[in-house]
Amino acid sequence: MPQPNRTDPALIRNFCIIAHIDHGKSTLADRMLQLTGVVEDRQMRAQYLDRMDIERERGITIKSQAVRLPFTAVDDASYVLNLIDTPGHVDFSYEVSRSLAACEGAVLLVDAAQGIEAQTLANLYLALENDLAVVPVLNKIDLPAAQPEKYAAELANIIGCDPSEVLRVSAKTGEGVAELLNEIVRRVPPPVGDADAPARAMIFDSVYDTYRGVVTYVRVVDGQLGTRERIAMMSTGATHEMLEVGVISPEPTRVEGLGVGEVGYLITGVKDVRQSRVGDTVTSAVKGATEMLSGYQDPKPMVFSGLYPIEGTDYPVLRDALEKLQLNDAALVFEPETSAALGFGFRCGFLGLLHLEITRARLEREFNLDLISTAPNVVYQVAMENGEEHTVTNPSEFPAGKIAEVREPVVRGTLLAPADYVGPIMELCQARRGVLLGMDYLSEDRVEMRYTLPLAEIVFDFFDQLKSRTKGYASLDYEPSGDQAADLVKVDILLQGETVDAFSAIVHKDKAYSYGVEMTKKLRELIPRQQFEVPVQAAIGSRVIARENIRAIRKDVLSKCYGGDISRKRKLLEKQKEGKKRMKMVGRVEVPQEAFISALSTEPAGEKDKKK
Amino acid sequence: MTDTGDMPSVPLDGDPVPRDGALPAHSLEGAGTRPFGVYVHVPFCVTRCGYCDFNTYTADELRSRDGSATASRETYAGQAVAELALARRVLGDAEVPVRTVFVGGGTPTLLPPEDLGRILAAVDTEFGLEAGAEVTTEANPETVDRDYLLRLRDAGFTRVSFGMQSARPHVLAVLDRTHTPGRPERCVAWAREAGFEHVNLDLIYGTPGETDEDWAESLRAAVAAGPDHVSAYSLIVEEGTRLAARVRRGELAAPDDDTMADRYLMADELLSAAGLRWYEVSNWAAAPDARSRHNLLYWTGGDWWGVGPGAHSHVGGTRWWNVKHPAAYAARLAGGGTPAQAREVLDAADRRFERILLELRIAEGCPLHLLDDAGRRAAKEAVADGLLDEAAHAHGRAVLTLRGRLLADAVVRDLT
Repeated sequence: MPQPNRTDPALIRNFCIIAHIDHGKSTLADRMLQLTGVVEDRQMRAQYLDRMDIERERGITIKSQAVRLPFTAVDDASYVLNLIDTPGHVDFSYEVSRSLAACEGAVLLVDAAQGIEAQTLANLYLALENDLAVVPVLNKIDLPAAQPEKYAAELANIIGCDPSEVLRVSAKTGEGVAELLNEIVRRVPPPVGDADAPARAMIFDSVYDTYRGVVTYVRVVDGQLGTRERIAMMSTGATHEMLEVGVISPEPTRVEGLGVGEVGYLITGVKDVRQSRVGDTVTSAVKGATEMLSGYQDPKPMVFSGLYPIEGTDYPVLRDALEKLQLNDAALVFEPETSAALGFGFRCGFLGLLHLEITRARLEREFNLDLISTAPNVVYQVAMENGEEHTVTNPSEFPAGKIAEVREPVVRGTLLAPADYVGPIMELCQARRGVLLGMDYLSEDRVEMRYTLPLAEIVFDFFDQLKSRTKGYASLDYEPSGDQAADLVKVDILLQGETVDAFSAIVHKDKAYSYGVEMTKKLRELIPRQQFEVPVQAAIGSRVIARENIRAIRKDVLSKCYGGDISRKRKLLEKQKEGKKRMKMVGRVEVPQEAFISALSTEPAGEKDKKK
Repeated sequence: MTDTGDMPSVPLDGDPVPRDGALPAHSLEGAGTRPFGVYVHVPFCVTRCGYCDFNTYTADELRSRDGSATASRETYAGQAVAELALARRVLGDAEVPVRTVFVGGGTPTLLPPEDLGRILAAVDTEFGLEAGAEVTTEANPETVDRDYLLRLRDAGFTRVSFGMQSARPHVLAVLDRTHTPGRPERCVAWAREAGFEHVNLDLIYGTPGETDEDWAESLRAAVAAGPDHVSAYSLIVEEGTRLAARVRRGELAAPDDDTMADRYLMADELLSAAGLRWYEVSNWAAAPDARSRHNLLYWTGGDWWGVGPGAHSHVGGTRWWNVKHPAAYAARLAGGGTPAQAREVLDAADRRFERILLELRIAEGCPLHLLDDAGRRAAKEAVADGLLDEAAHAHGRAVLTLRGRLLADAVVRDLT
């Protein structure tokens, strides 16, 4: 069996699996672990490589993993297969691209009952751009609803191969998995690098571990990385002591070093993943390489949201929690923010909506926090007539005064759906200011549509709308595609003349009115009547575009208060006073926390209660 | 009717009371310097009205499973007299002449007037009734007649309060009140003939099915009968009552708060026009001396001893309440101990809070010096909002305006 550090690159195959959520990637990985004997059957647990609870529950991989599999192929040679598990979501497309860059081949895994999805297609294109050898595979061929002929034709059409070259497996039963491993050996080229050159290794993942500090996953391109040498991060020049080098098989195993084409991990004692960033190149501190591997980018948050603890006293807990998450998430950025309505919190930047959702879920679950998040927004560039430029990550900071131009980020979106749904999708995209770029039939009844869409239109319930209009059949992928000038305005929501900062939104001029009407209606229903009439207004600048009134409460008195009522009445009023303390004050208006939560949720007012 | 009011359920738990009913020394201090009254709760009714959740029992409800009575109205007067003797022991040697007596229920007039007279005589024996004491009983118009009222007057009662509720038969039917229309008005006349100085009519508004016109009619009928006092209460649909069940099943529609507010305004308008002036949120009187002095004692921090099952008492900052069931009540007294179930010894903050909440409900209002800084700021805002009277505020008092009376609880929360 080839040992790490001394493995002939010719015997190495580095590959990843590109698949949509639910198409069986993790199950296939499990079978590979079993088949190559790195995990004994009795130790096997479902989705072995997905270590985070959320990953396992949601069936997605957030962080990638790499596992070294020894495999004796049909030619009786002993190979080393490095399976690099890629994150499965558009938000993490940069991390996906780095994982792909660490591989020479990709298994394109598609559900034989469902066909390819937009996101898989996007990742496939990414793999083709990286010159990866693609091994197309249909999974779940044991399902009664499987249509292997149809989808093999579709895959062959997309990647330009013969349908007979599409492998068929059942990750569940293990059928066809051994053949797949042999095909990987046969079709994926071995890594090529200069063993005598200064070491260069690309970081494709970086994970914080409570006991070990940051564990950095690398693919060695040239040279060799060994223990007891100092290494340098080429993007920053920072150097670190190498404490441990290892491979995952499937538990971390210490090794002497890693050679050309090998995949493994490094531990340097660094405590924060931002010091060991995905895409960066690792080299030796002494006589290191001078040229970085290409493709490094700083993570760039695309979507922002304010996160506030429901209990104000949880603010320090939230700060600690964000700091801890950041140890393991170089893309997460946050800074303190104060909202008149919500109190103290943080404006947080995310790669996308899923990143936001997962971060929020982890904060709530792992740190026991109850949070309110403001509606997600994108970053706007605002140019003023006087030449000033503003970058706006929080709608309430949208500048007043004469604005020359507002620019918003746009994305290039790819939508895949059965042909029947072309109409509803076009309607939706049009309503969201999308511009159709083109449309292709992947097969007789499946269509690929390409749109330019403002990112802001996608971050707000676009996925839900798309799913509901296409009965869940459509899939979407997108990638940043620059920015555009747009006719955008800030709509403020005012309670009794006071702006409620948490509800300010930047919307297209044509939608300002409907946003205003919707929010004022919602708030009228959610805010209890006060001792005075409360106008709820939506305004652009000083111009009111919608108005509702919360009528003054007229009766708040118990009509009887005699000898036997006094103790009870005192206790009742004291209890009500306690409730009053939990209200947030907007000017003189008492607003229950629940009203903010409901108003900030995307559901229509009242829906939440109905579901209970 | 004073035992349980229209109070949403707040658990009332207190501290234990010594078996002899002894009070903390500081509560006994100054007894006799504060006005002192006696409340007597008569926990019996012929039938239970559908809206009622008071501590009262029908004869059926007092029978045990084998059919024997666990308590009865025949033996009740004796128990009340026994509790008055206990009261005297607890209050020690202090001179505590009784300024007011109020007999409520239930239906006090289910007892023969002689029984009520016997209890009143015991009050006099134990404590001494002040000259000119106000002695009130509640009365159900159906259970009294001219003769009964004469005998009550002879027994020493000076004031009678009739449960009229409504002048409209369909409204009375929803309330399960069985009296015939016109009967309360006749009772007022009989009471005047019998020599009662003060007569009150109780009214209820906001009964399901009552219209504004029904309510106006009830107010007009009450005023025409010529009482010198009217109490008007909004109907509260109490959990656990038959009325609540009917509302829940959708048979009856409970009016909303806005309707209740409108009815209150009608009441204030019609009663004021008839010369009855408000002096407490739900009470109107024809003259200062027509006000219920007993109830004012509750609202101004006086002492009183509450006799009877479930009755509440207050002496010098200690509040306590008796066990609720008549049988348990009788057993406690027969055993020689106090019938008190639990008590609450108020601290300074509780007492200040209570003063504000009670005094704010009366026409004199509460002095601004009771309020802390935040309370005084809130008072200014309440004046600006039209909830507190501007002139009274300028003279150092927080007095509710008409609109403020309807929002009294909100004002209390702001001021405390």
